[in-house]
Amino acid sequence: MEEQYEPLIVAFCCNWCSYAGADLAGVSRIQYPPNGRIIRVMCSGMVHPNLVINALTKGADGVLVCG
Amino acid sequence: MINLTINDRPIEVPEGTTVLEAARKLGFTIPTLCHFEGLKPYGGCRLCLVEVTAGNRTLLTTACTYPVAEGITVKTDTIEVQEARQFVMDLLLSRCPEVPALQMMAQELGLAEPSYPKGDSDCILCGKCVRMCHEVQHASAIAMMGRGAKREVMTPFGEFSATCRTCGACLFVCPTGHIKDIGVISGKTPIPRLSEFNAGLIAQGNIYKTYPQAVPKEPVIDAANCVHMLTGDCGICSQTCPAGAIDFDQQDEKLTLEVGSVIMAPGFKTFDPSNLPAYGYGRYPNVYTSLEFERILSPGGPYHGHVVRRSDGKEPKKIAWIHCVGMRSDREGEHPYCSNFCCMAALKQAVIAREHIGQELDMALFYMDMRTPRKDFEKYMVRIQNQGTRLIRSRVHTVSPAADGDLEVRYVTEAGEVADEIFDAVVLSVGMVIPPDVVALAEKLEIPLSPNHFVEASCFEPTSTFREGIFSCGAFNGPKDIPQSVMEGSAAAAASTRPLAAARGTLARKKEFPPEQDVLEEPVRVGVFVCNCGLNIGGVADVPDIVAHSQGLADVAYAQENLFTCSQDAQAVMVEKIKEHDLNRVVVAACSPSTHSPIFQDMLRSAGLNKYLFEMANIRNQCTWVHLNEPDKATGKCKDLVNMAVAKARLLQPLDYITVSVNHRALVIGGGVAGMTSALALADQGYVVDLVERKDSLGGNALKLHTTWRGGLVKPRLDALIRKVTGHDQITIHYNARVEGVSGVVGNFTTTLSTGAAIDHGVVVIAIGAEPLRPEGMYLYKQNPNVLLSLDLDREIMEKSERLKTAQAAAFILCVGSRTPERPYCNKVCCAHAVENAIKLKTINPEIDVYILYRDMRTYGEREALYQRARELGVIFIRHHLADLPRVEEADGRLKITVTDQILQRPVSFTVDFLTLATTIIPHQNAPLAELYKIPLNAEGFFTEAHAKIRPVEAATEGIYLAGLCHYPKPLQESVAEALACASRANTILSKDFLQLESIISNPIDENCDGCAFCVDACPFQAITLLEYMKEGNLRKTVEVNPIQCKGCGSCMATCPKAGIYVAGFTPEQLEAQVDAALGLI
Repeated sequence: MEEQYEPLIVAFCCNWCSYAGADLAGVSRIQYPPNGRIIRVMCSGMVHPNLVINALTKGADGVLVCG
Repeated sequence: MINLTINDRPIEVPEGTTVLEAARKLGFTIPTLCHFEGLKPYGGCRLCLVEVTAGNRTLLTTACTYPVAEGITVKTDTIEVQEARQFVMDLLLSRCPEVPALQMMAQELGLAEPSYPKGDSDCILCGKCVRMCHEVQHASAIAMMGRGAKREVMTPFGEFSATCRTCGACLFVCPTGHIKDIGVISGKTPIPRLSEFNAGLIAQGNIYKTYPQAVPKEPVIDAANCVHMLTGDCGICSQTCPAGAIDFDQQDEKLTLEVGSVIMAPGFKTFDPSNLPAYGYGRYPNVYTSLEFERILSPGGPYHGHVVRRSDGKEPKKIAWIHCVGMRSDREGEHPYCSNFCCMAALKQAVIAREHIGQELDMALFYMDMRTPRKDFEKYMVRIQNQGTRLIRSRVHTVSPAADGDLEVRYVTEAGEVADEIFDAVVLSVGMVIPPDVVALAEKLEIPLSPNHFVEASCFEPTSTFREGIFSCGAFNGPKDIPQSVMEGSAAAAASTRPLAAARGTLARKKEFPPEQDVLEEPVRVGVFVCNCGLNIGGVADVPDIVAHSQGLADVAYAQENLFTCSQDAQAVMVEKIKEHDLNRVVVAACSPSTHSPIFQDMLRSAGLNKYLFEMANIRNQCTWVHLNEPDKATGKCKDLVNMAVAKARLLQPLDYITVSVNHRALVIGGGVAGMTSALALADQGYVVDLVERKDSLGGNALKLHTTWRGGLVKPRLDALIRKVTGHDQITIHYNARVEGVSGVVGNFTTTLSTGAAIDHGVVVIAIGAEPLRPEGMYLYKQNPNVLLSLDLDREIMEKSERLKTAQAAAFILCVGSRTPERPYCNKVCCAHAVENAIKLKTINPEIDVYILYRDMRTYGEREALYQRARELGVIFIRHHLADLPRVEEADGRLKITVTDQILQRPVSFTVDFLTLATTIIPHQNAPLAELYKIPLNAEGFFTEAHAKIRPVEAATEGIYLAGLCHYPKPLQESVAEALACASRANTILSKDFLQLESIISNPIDENCDGCAFCVDACPFQAITLLEYMKEGNLRKTVEVNPIQCKGCGSCMATCPKAGIYVAGFTPEQLEAQVDAALGLI
């Protein structure tokens, strides 16, 4: 049987809100699929559009900018 | 030490270690059912079979009983081993086919169904329970009885054991769930140990953390229930704790401290409604106290945030709250005061309950007066009411049981009719009570308390007890909510340190770090430290595998695992490893940088490294905790997260620490009571203070106040305060002055005044007060000389005006211009002020008729006594509605007032000699000052604090503090406390010589920048300015970043089209490298 395709999602999370939210999800033991890779940024406003485009062209299945 | 090889990996372990323990150290999993740390090896279940080769002999044996020997090799996963384990499992599963734990293990061993006839037991005779009871508990309450097929775990002679202590250890260790009820062993029913933090709603183990965020965070053992401490037996925890942290010999210690002052903040307990027969608390399971319900609403509470009933676990669809339980009552066992916080707490619970249960939740709040006088509380209440929550003005008569655990609430409606309504659950809003031990302590310290056991204090020194050197704050000073308690805590700090100013900082210890080594020219050598966090990480992910993976990454010079990376001993080891391996970049794979990076950054500095050469991989909060059931995938993700952290760490550069010097001078704007109090508190701390007053004299609104609510005369205290301020040689007063220009930031402001003076200062306290609304056109104000404002009446009382003695009748109208859609806030002061003046009128002339026309009587806290006293004196209280305001007409030289009485439901008229209007307090023109200091105003024009609860006197901009009426209307006592709190917060800046700022800020790259100024507009902190300069005869444009104002958000970096600006520590290259690592490209 063919294995189910597992997408890889790059997430840019703001240090002050969504990154803290991801920490809180851990503290609350909320279970979610292990397909995301979080990159901490000081504000979602620092994520240059090039960074998003590069991630997609290099093979990310999705990019999440959270802030 | 003994050397051996397990699955081709060498390991060195102490003599006496078993093969099982050695294999686990290397991270190999061996299945077992009968092994338990702290119990002697038993070899009962035979599942841990491994292949051991010693010399030229190879045998299959149980890993848990086989001690290591020099030179042996062990295989834990050969075909033979697997087959042998499968066979053992087959036998176990045949005996106990219905045990889920066995079914799961069998599946892991590749066995779907047992091959032998199925039995019906659920005991595999592993003997864990018997050994636990015998070896550890020394109770021997159970034993193995019978032989062969008849062997079973039993009590002696099958009778109840006399030696069983119902400790439950047998039940705890049983792997199959065979022991279900300790009652069958002991004949006794164990009493659960209830969680105090969760209001006794659930049981809690004997070793526990009070709550997840408890400080200190270490778990404690309840000595009163610990078998070891009571009998000397057990002690199993000390054998299983991997950190060896259990110390049974710890004793209570008596410490003697020599201190200059004492702050009492002993808190409160909630009223226990068990003795109120009418509400059925303790008899009907679905009647809760508000504290119990608070826990039920909490995600960390007993039901993990699911709102369910105690009786049947069903979600309630209809909930009633009963306010003022045990409060505002003169009955025996109840309390006459109001608890101040509960109305708002009930409203908040209603909001959260609806969030949990859904829009369909039907809620009714039964209240006496809705007391929501604090900032923004009134708006909250109105919003909740508009969303359909029923606010019913009624004191509930009884709560009685109805069918299926429901409850019938009997009350009298506003129309005077008796009504019965069925609810699924009832919450009793219980008030605040000072517990007897606190009262006893106060007696011992000779601190005078009020009849309600709250601290007696002067309104001008709200945090000073009447005993010199002892200060107090929080609920002990009178019932209050969180924001006020936080604020008062700061106030008490200011008051208590005032006499100790000379000693400030003398006991402070400063941490010294070695000089930092220069790493710029050195090749990158990354050290990776992977944390097990006990079992939080190691119990899910394969930590040794992650370490092995890290060792293989480019530029990684060293990697190791730690049990707890944040522990003190691990820090010391890491400092040694950094030095030993010349590491110059450090990655810690553990928890969250938000909570732990400061600890590790300090560790780097102790090792002589710049603290910015550090990166964390968040493999706990964002990996093992959220992928508990996918250990392999979690391990894979952990490796990726380490890759990403290493990829960034390679590119990290040391950053300069930014420090700015602090100007120790303070500016206080406003010469009222709040401003003067702050100025004096700061000057007494030794700082030079500039006090700015727009008028030609000090005193502000307090000049017009007769007494405080406690009855103390204002004038003598105010005069004394003015004398102290004007006579203080550290205070310069600028009369007839306004602020006209402001520049700079915290530590270094410059403020220019209308007088021309330019003042350099480190902090500013804004206390510019507010003013009463002059309600032109309402209630004959300014048209009839007998219509006064509240402060006018105070003046007449002070001046002993003749008409107060001769008048036959007087009236007050409250909420004039407030609690309306136009000004949706309560003034907090008027109810108590009016009632207090009504009492004064009655005292001056007992024959006078006094009417108070109110909407909700908000004599909160101990002010309730004034309301009680006024009623005893015969003051007539008439409640009216916003929709049906009183009418005032002139009639034969007097004033005729007509109002619809809400109890009689009909208009009543009476004539008075004079009328006092309690008009709303409105802010001055605050906008210009707000603009100058860049701090926000709320919709009503009052200054906004940084955070209502945790930073109640700080403005959003650092170094600016707010006190008194300019923040929100409040009584004098609270303004004074805020002023002290401001001084306390300001002291945290002024007491420093330098401020250290975060170095993660923007840095322009001059050669890339062409001065297009896109970033200037994008910067939300106005930290970037455009510069023009001449270079080689040409005009060059570039930008400059103010390191104090920049918060490192990087909006500039994302906006710049020319890569002309970057955030240190988050450069485009570093972020790109993390992306590449996440995608497996490096």
